[in-house]
Amino acid sequence: MVKENIELKDYLRETNLIHARLIALVVLLGLLSLALIIRAWHLQISSFQRFEVLSKDNRVRLLPVPPVRGQIYDRNGKVLAENIPVFTLEILPDQVRDMDDLLDDLAKIIEVSPSEIRKFRGLVKARPDFEAQVLKVNLSEEEVARFVVNRYRLPGASVQARLQRNYPYGGELVHVLGYVGRINQRDLDSIDEKAYKGTDYIGKSGIEAHYEDHLLGQVGFEQVETNAHGQIIRELDRNPPVSGDDIYLNVDADLQIKAREYLGDRRGSVIAIEPSSGDVLAFVSNPVYDPNKFVNGIDHRSYNALREDVNRPLVNRALNGRYAPGSTIKGLVSLTGLENGWNRNASVTCNGYYKLKGSSHRYRCWKRGGHGPVDMLWSIMRSCDVYYYQMANSLGIDKISEFLKGFGLGHKTGIDLQAEPSGLVPSRDWKRDRRGAPWYPGDTLNTGIGQGYMLVTPLQLGVMTATLANRGERIEPRLVDRLVHSKGESEEPEIIDLQGDTLGNVEAKSANFDVIIDAMRAVVEHPRGTARASGLDAEYSIAGKTGTAQVVAIAQGAKYDESKLSDFEKDHALFVSFAPIEEPKIAVAVIVENGGSGSSAAAPVARKVMDFYLLGKDANAIVPETESDNVEDSATDTTIPATSNISEETL
Amino acid sequence: MFRIKVDLPLLFGLLILCAASLLILWSAGGESYRLIVNQGIRMGIAFVGMMIIAQIRIDTLFRWSPYFYAAGLLMLVLVLVVGDVGKGAQRWLDLGVIRFQPSEAMKLAVPMMVAWVITRKTLPPGPKNLIFAALVLVVPAALILKQPDLGTTLLILMSGTLIIFLAGFAWKHIGILFAISAVAAPILYQFLHPYQQRRIQTLFDPWSDPLGDGYHTIQSMIAIGSGGAQGKGWTEGSQSQLDFIPERHTDFIFSVFAEENGFIGVLMLLCLYVALTARGLYIAYYTKDTFSRLLAGSLSMTFFFYVFVNIGMVSGMLPVVGVPLPLISYGGTSMVTLMAGFGILMGIHNTRSLMSR
Repeated sequence: MVKENIELKDYLRETNLIHARLIALVVLLGLLSLALIIRAWHLQISSFQRFEVLSKDNRVRLLPVPPVRGQIYDRNGKVLAENIPVFTLEILPDQVRDMDDLLDDLAKIIEVSPSEIRKFRGLVKARPDFEAQVLKVNLSEEEVARFVVNRYRLPGASVQARLQRNYPYGGELVHVLGYVGRINQRDLDSIDEKAYKGTDYIGKSGIEAHYEDHLLGQVGFEQVETNAHGQIIRELDRNPPVSGDDIYLNVDADLQIKAREYLGDRRGSVIAIEPSSGDVLAFVSNPVYDPNKFVNGIDHRSYNALREDVNRPLVNRALNGRYAPGSTIKGLVSLTGLENGWNRNASVTCNGYYKLKGSSHRYRCWKRGGHGPVDMLWSIMRSCDVYYYQMANSLGIDKISEFLKGFGLGHKTGIDLQAEPSGLVPSRDWKRDRRGAPWYPGDTLNTGIGQGYMLVTPLQLGVMTATLANRGERIEPRLVDRLVHSKGESEEPEIIDLQGDTLGNVEAKSANFDVIIDAMRAVVEHPRGTARASGLDAEYSIAGKTGTAQVVAIAQGAKYDESKLSDFEKDHALFVSFAPIEEPKIAVAVIVENGGSGSSAAAPVARKVMDFYLLGKDANAIVPETESDNVEDSATDTTIPATSNISEETL
Repeated sequence: MFRIKVDLPLLFGLLILCAASLLILWSAGGESYRLIVNQGIRMGIAFVGMMIIAQIRIDTLFRWSPYFYAAGLLMLVLVLVVGDVGKGAQRWLDLGVIRFQPSEAMKLAVPMMVAWVITRKTLPPGPKNLIFAALVLVVPAALILKQPDLGTTLLILMSGTLIIFLAGFAWKHIGILFAISAVAAPILYQFLHPYQQRRIQTLFDPWSDPLGDGYHTIQSMIAIGSGGAQGKGWTEGSQSQLDFIPERHTDFIFSVFAEENGFIGVLMLLCLYVALTARGLYIAYYTKDTFSRLLAGSLSMTFFFYVFVNIGMVSGMLPVVGVPLPLISYGGTSMVTLMAGFGILMGIHNTRSLMSR
């Protein structure tokens, strides 16, 4: 009984409480309504005249006029990226009575694929109805004519002439230029939408993305008068758009195309740089893909085919490929030695392997039988591994690591492309932080011959070679030479020259550079040099260094037998070189993935590139001789074709 | 025999509103036959849904509240993981047959759950229960904000806050909260991105950026203002018909209405909205159990908040947050939810005498 009483009291209290609050809500309802009425009164009664005038003047509309995207040219003025007029079939969903009927009718006069219809329907669903959506691009003139004749019975559909990006060289320069594509949701998050009014495309990768701000241009506006149906009667005023800047590259399109031709169908990369300026003359990554397919969105099947291609054409190897430099690093290691008091005439005896004190592990030289006594010149020329095991062990990782980093390895080169990796020069700190393990002396030996943890990109190799050619003067590579900035129709365009930053000099004596360069010359010119075959009959002096980077570990005691490895397990072939030695005009780095040895696979490509650039001689155009790169030196040496640094700790 | 029970005043008001909606839509949608048919079909579905919900006893609804809420929360998480993206926000869940927007269901589930939490103890709620209720409210709101859907987030926060207010959250504390936000607002403003600050500035002065952020608001204000006292006449609004108004058949439909029907039309429309809201509050006042009272009060007042925020934003009083004009804007999901809400109100009224404790 008592309990019930309390409950009843509680209930009454609750009722009173809620009733009071409900009355408060009624008051709030009144206040909010009042606020709306006052606002409506203010707009519609007090300010009526002002707004009436404004609304009548509102026959005048402001329409965005998109700018023309800047074109891209090579160093000789050849067009690499242009804008071509295309006709697109567009539909304004707002004005369509029955979409299915319209699409059926259209299909009768213009061929529309099911995937185009699917894409179109997706867009219609996702976007407001008053926005026109593209059904088909690249209409032929015949199709346009057929449409115009039938237009009266196809309300809501229209044909528009638009400018579309085109890459006349197809895939040849795709890893330099990148491509443009339609602006998507992710792009919208990071751009100023006002700057893109009326523009459908945005640079997605390569130069197109890196120089987007320059290529885009400035949107213009036109003031137009409309009739009661919103159709434009006349143009009142025009604030013309400013076209995007034209870009002139340092890249030589002919050289680029030839260099890729010399690679053939092998996966790999060729970098050619003018050492004095840092101008990138060729920037090849093979295989390539056609950027024109991406401009209006690539279909799923083609894209998946590209993505699943075992040769991975979408990967920009020149920029993002990371490889062990192999023996190409030996010149720099020698330079480190010279700078740290190592005598170039000091001799190391190579018995075919090297052992650390207190360990039975054999670090092998690529040459089983050993090179015998080896000095610095011979070590570079013959690419003896034991010499570098010895040198690396006595220098220690700290000195090597510091010197290589001073050369720019392990850092971004600063090229004008996006998302450049920095590569890796290992050090004690790095291994402790990233691998959680201490640095072992064996790691130093592997670093000394460019194996182990060390990773470089083809571009870094090219820049490293240019720095060697410059005797230590470092440069920042540049793909773009200049921008041509239009200043309207009457004025002369402004030319903006772009130059890479000067990065100062590597701390090393010029005399020491001469020692290394002489040895690299011997690599190509000496009858016992590893790349002698590629130096035959050269009309200019060449300095070079072969390299072979192993892809799979070879077990202790086992032998590298190329025939037993699959194509993707074979060694990467590398070659770095520059010419002429006296006044270097071109530095070339070549990587042929799974190409086997540097001397047979990579060096010939570099020679052909240099011949083409320096002499205008096209190796493929002359007699298609059988390749004579594998010529053996029959005198005293073994028949192992070239360097192959086989050494890997298995413990 | 089973008799269909409805609340006639509510039904009558809703029918008038829907009829008005179709007329306005004919004009705002560019006289598009397709829009009218689509909207008509949705109205039919929504009315049937409302009638069915109106037959459910409120104590059944009370027992379902936690499950309903839990299911909604689960779907909200799901939508963030696998949801479809439409117009830039991830709100939709594709169920094969229909696409479904879980945040809409939460507009009903959240006030039900908050009321369920609060009514487990006597009113006014103690601190423990308040924290529980706040949690029940804030978690789904945060999930919806992440989609992102600011408009729905605000409406859901509003519906829950109203329940807590009705339950007797002390006036003193309300005052303190207001004081804190008054102090915090200018400080928070300093931490906003410059572009967010600019948005707020253009809200107070749209003319400062007439071609950019302020453009839509200005065009909408011109439309409303140029309607004058009597309006330009049905389908005669030059602003609306010439496409100066963005989303003119959805969020900005009020501008079209105000331009074509003038101040007199606006007053009539407001009266209709106020009448529907008042009827809801009346039902809340005369029902007998606490859960029903809280829910009815919250649903009715939230309905009016739709109206206030939508008209406020298109007339340049409030920032543009994407809240439709209830039952008039073109679009299906919000209409179904709103009608379901009225169904609950009718259900509460139908079972008012059964529920005294």
